[in-house]
Amino acid sequence: MYRYDDFDQTLVHQRVAEFRDQVGRRLSGALTEDEFKILRLMNGVYLQLHAYMLRIAIPYGTLSSEQMRMLAHVARRYDRGYGHFTTRQNIQFNWIKLEEMPDTLADLAGVKMHAMQTSGNCVRNITTDQWAGVAADEIEDPRIWAEVLRQYSTLHPEFSFLPRKFKIAISAAAHDRAAVAVHDIGLRMVRNSAGEVGFEVQVGGGLGRTPFIGKVIKPFLPKRDLLSYVEAVLRVYNQYGRRDNIYKARIKILVHELGAEKFGAEVEKEWATIKDSALALDPAVIADVAERFTYPDYERLEDNPPALARARQEDRAFAAWLDNSVSNHKQPGYAIVTLSLKPVGAPPGDATAEQMDAIADLADRYSFGEIRVGHEQNLVLPHVAQKELPELWQKLEAHGLATPNVGLVSDIIACPGLDYCSLANARSIPVAQELTQRFRDHKLASTIGRLHINISGCINACGHHHVGHIGILGVEKNGEEFYQITLGGRADEDARLGTLLGPAVRYGEVADVVEDVVAAYVELRKTPQELFIDTVKRIGIEPFKERVYAAR
Amino acid sequence: MTSPHEQKKRKVSGSVVVTANRLGDGAVVYRTIDDDWTTDLASAAVLAAPAAAVLLQRAEADGVRAVGPYIAPVEFGADNRVLPGNLRERIRLAGPTFTLPGAA
Amino acid sequence: MQLVKSGRIVEDRYVRIADDAPIPDGVAVIVSDARFLANAGALLQRVEPVGVLWPNNRPIEALAPYLGRLALVALAFPGFRDGRAYSQARILRERYGFGGELRATGQVLRDQFLFLLRAGFDSFEVSKEGDAAAFVGSTRRFDVFYQPTGDGRATAFRRRLGRPPQAVPAGTRAHAL
Repeated sequence: MYRYDDFDQTLVHQRVAEFRDQVGRRLSGALTEDEFKILRLMNGVYLQLHAYMLRIAIPYGTLSSEQMRMLAHVARRYDRGYGHFTTRQNIQFNWIKLEEMPDTLADLAGVKMHAMQTSGNCVRNITTDQWAGVAADEIEDPRIWAEVLRQYSTLHPEFSFLPRKFKIAISAAAHDRAAVAVHDIGLRMVRNSAGEVGFEVQVGGGLGRTPFIGKVIKPFLPKRDLLSYVEAVLRVYNQYGRRDNIYKARIKILVHELGAEKFGAEVEKEWATIKDSALALDPAVIADVAERFTYPDYERLEDNPPALARARQEDRAFAAWLDNSVSNHKQPGYAIVTLSLKPVGAPPGDATAEQMDAIADLADRYSFGEIRVGHEQNLVLPHVAQKELPELWQKLEAHGLATPNVGLVSDIIACPGLDYCSLANARSIPVAQELTQRFRDHKLASTIGRLHINISGCINACGHHHVGHIGILGVEKNGEEFYQITLGGRADEDARLGTLLGPAVRYGEVADVVEDVVAAYVELRKTPQELFIDTVKRIGIEPFKERVYAAR
Repeated sequence: MTSPHEQKKRKVSGSVVVTANRLGDGAVVYRTIDDDWTTDLASAAVLAAPAAAVLLQRAEADGVRAVGPYIAPVEFGADNRVLPGNLRERIRLAGPTFTLPGAA
Repeated sequence: MQLVKSGRIVEDRYVRIADDAPIPDGVAVIVSDARFLANAGALLQRVEPVGVLWPNNRPIEALAPYLGRLALVALAFPGFRDGRAYSQARILRERYGFGGELRATGQVLRDQFLFLLRAGFDSFEVSKEGDAAAFVGSTRRFDVFYQPTGDGRATAFRRRLGRPPQAVPAGTRAHAL
């Protein structure tokens, strides 16, 4: 966990007081909606179809049990008893009154949580690997750098009114769980030939109307230079990013129009003037941030304790969950447990207040009071002793949190879509719900193997459909919902954009088409081990296209 | 069934209402004939599309009670009841199309 | 419109001169970027102060040769969402050490005063009712700052280590009120 100190706490309280004043001025009419909109967005408040939505930051996806209980309180006291975990390590509440927003934020500030910069044309919540600090394959804990960047970007006086939103993600592991290639700045921690650890810097990744995979403009950036280099990127973007067209205002368009090389050269020129300024990171500052991350006092335990093997033998349901939702921890005798928020028939990523309280209690009992939020909209208990897995599983089951579908076809990422969102053209959640019904049989899902479905209700791509193994994009045709299907996208270290399968299909046909695609894959794969994504890569989309459209 | 930005550009024909969200809590509201707002669609002013422009203008001038007014289509049910004219408006009136978590 | 300087509402002693109008003697003037660049030599010989209104889409680097003799640079905010001039301000203050008056013109809200101050602005043309009078309160809402800028306020990073504020670049004044 990161321990916020008085400075962080003071700033959060002062921000609540400022926002209370802003809401007061809006309600009195002193501020017009036009003026208030930028102010409320910078504090995570959207006006959606039915109500205001509040998006709360969960910096680098780390939550304490105390914070989770506060989220449950907010769900009960100010909302309708549930919340929605997003793809960017935030939680959204859908029904909070503007009048009660300041009180909600004051309650959250009590546990050092806030909604600063969860929207607006500023640097958004810095995201990272939900397994940071416990993953067996990481170089070092990337949250230290996410925290350095969190502080640096919070209420930044120069970069709070950028051409458009700005998203930064960091990954320090061999396997990229933070989708860094689809961020405005993607940082990968790497080791150079001298053995030093630094950052590979990608810029200009992003989805939306014009999707791009990020381009590397700096193969190795020393740690001391992280802030000055990010400032140089932001300064070039702030001055030269397009402001004439909202759809061309993201940094990816600037990088694309200038070319990555020229953009990189502009950044270098700017960076040369500030590299040795007060932004250069002093080792003492880095050490101070790093020291504030505390790690559990692990017991000395053996891997694969006998109790675990016994439970696996005795209970097939437990075995299925163990194989699916439990991952290797870097500490012997411990495990990383993913809690699926994708039960059959439910909206992806939602948790009720009761579930939040239960998760907080389970975190205290089994995971040193710590919870993580990942970009797949699932939660994680990051430090569970392997010997306690059978007991934890039973309790998770009781709360509907042990669906063994992590990484499988029913572990769907979906945006809120037309059921909530004022920008959406089509619904996402009911499509996801129907798909989870179609693939509810665990044996079938296991046979299919790893397969990511991503659903967006409009071109803004909040459901990351471009990088879904199967991507589903809702569009509108003559007042009716239609869906475009793409195949072959991926968001990991081999990130690529999916290819359009063919003409859009009607709402009622989406699940049938996906079933056809999956059935075709099962027939066409070389071996049962060949993943869907690899089959698409090997044979292209034509065989799928024939299969889907021949019948229609 | 399209974004608010495009919603405004869109030509709506037939019978319409002027709708917005209430400032204080975001609730869906409809403009009445006496320049008030109501959450009850049956009490809304229903006009032919060309005539709604004036009602919209007056609604836009009311920047404190409601936010983002626009013209939305309506239909009439069998009993001549006023109903929302498209999916987006049906969802705005009735809420999400699935059971909300915790409500089941 | 009201002008706020050093936290107080003051008279504006500058007169803004249109491009086709003659430049009056005996009064401080603000001219456009085009007029300034075309007549920089003559303008900077004047006894009275000269300022330039610089657009936010023209590289600020072009002003560098004249900054030592310019009394004022006014930067433009054509809308309160358009933040280009924040970067121009910091470049003027922190890279070139501009020590004259740096004025924010156009659409600025009280909610942005602190950002503007931290970026190096020290005078503000305020059009929204009540905002000028609210200047001091609005800029004192926060006393924790995470980023080093030319205003010399100590960052939280340094304060945690008990260190004094970071040095500000040569020629830069501390603009904190």
